[in-house]
Amino acid sequence: MKLPQDLRYTESHEWVRREADGNVSVGITDHAQEQLGDIVFVEAPHPGRKVKAGEAVGVVESVKAASDIYAPVSGEIVAANAELSSSPEKVNEDAFAAWMYRIRPDDAAAIDRLLDAAAYRKSVSA
Amino acid sequence: MRKTPLNAWHREAGARMVDFGGWEMPLHYGSQIEEHHAVRRDAGVFDVSHMRVVDFRGSGSRAFLRGALANDVARLAAPGKALYTCMLAEDGGVLDDLIVYFFREDFFRAVVNASTADKDLAWLRSLRSRWSSDVEIESRDDLALIAIQGPRARERFWQAMPGLRAATEPLAPFGAALVGDVMVARTGYTGEDGFEVALPASHAAALWKALVAAGARPCGLGARDTLRLEAGMNLYGQDMDERVSPFDAGLAWTVDLSGARDFVGKSALLVHGSRHELLGLVLLEPGGVLRAHQEVLSGGRRVGEITSGTYSPTLARSIALARLERGIAAGATVQVDVRGKRLAARVVKPSFVRRGKSLLSDKEDR
Repeated sequence: MKLPQDLRYTESHEWVRREADGNVSVGITDHAQEQLGDIVFVEAPHPGRKVKAGEAVGVVESVKAASDIYAPVSGEIVAANAELSSSPEKVNEDAFAAWMYRIRPDDAAAIDRLLDAAAYRKSVSA
Repeated sequence: MRKTPLNAWHREAGARMVDFGGWEMPLHYGSQIEEHHAVRRDAGVFDVSHMRVVDFRGSGSRAFLRGALANDVARLAAPGKALYTCMLAEDGGVLDDLIVYFFREDFFRAVVNASTADKDLAWLRSLRSRWSSDVEIESRDDLALIAIQGPRARERFWQAMPGLRAATEPLAPFGAALVGDVMVARTGYTGEDGFEVALPASHAAALWKALVAAGARPCGLGARDTLRLEAGMNLYGQDMDERVSPFDAGLAWTVDLSGARDFVGKSALLVHGSRHELLGLVLLEPGGVLRAHQEVLSGGRRVGEITSGTYSPTLARSIALARLERGIAAGATVQVDVRGKRLAARVVKPSFVRRGKSLLSDKEDR
């Protein structure tokens, strides 16, 4: 299983990366894209929206099924990856490069309380 | 879970295996969309051994099947001809859909769905006393089924099995040949040319490997579903079941009401008539994928629901089959409730792609 060590993860299969400007990028894990199969639609939240940790904020649809994407931390959406609306297959090609949206977190330390790679691996294999 | 004779091959090939009606089957071997394209552009091979072959032997076979099936096997005059039909309950509900083959007056064969096979057998055996006692019904659990489909399917099949070319090259669509204990039929579930092959389970792996070596791409049930939906073919359990009449499932063309022939379900069909139509939908705007059970609305009023929906790899947009009130016709624009959003969809005839080509008009085919 591809699992970069420098990212944080959620039980609901998002990966989370802290960017240099303090915002966090969110995508779905390689494990999640593999479970979903060929992805044909990504709906990311609109910038400006305030979200709470654990809230469903978008949708990923594969040929097989629709799956919600959740906010890993509370904050404000600051960007959505427009490239994925025209090329959703990028998520299958490289899940950890295909960020879906970015949040400005209310509490920067909230990211540190998410799963690390080892804990996520454990939650997936459980 | 039940396993086909090719189970080990699928696992070694890295297939994602899923439970399909109690059978462990390959969903895909990496990319469902690539498998789909392989069938539209070249050739793909499917393990469909979960489906059941049922043989009817005895001089009363034809009389029996004329009573048990809604289409009329009297149409099967020449040996090797096949017919698509529904098998109905007394109340007209669809118990199963199947293909029936005629080989000799004392030998017919059907291929039925996996999930309904055991029920079908019990039902058919219960009908023997009513329609004809001179028929033996045998479940051929010893046979495997492999489908090879695509514009180059027959060519690749002959490359893999040169000894079967002479017997199978003359086959017209819906024709079948028996060569020893191997049946090759020019039928399928993809909207492409190709063969479906029933053969002893012990020979399945050899045929499969030869077809793959000849260039046919292994395809899972995922691609099988998107291919049949593009071709506008019904899936039992989704687009119809025992609560639905063939008239409400777009299958009136498979029911032969002509003449005096009686068959199970006929009197109910004559009383109830048709209330719904099965039509196609093409999603006109981005916003998601059409899925089974989503509501279809017209002028704010519910007019039906989607029975099968997916993303069409050939058309690069979402398509669906929907059971709609009579009066909603091809060409109309309706709304579909997709996860709380109302998205516009065009109603079309329920056939989207045939022989690799889009059947949509320019209006839908932007």
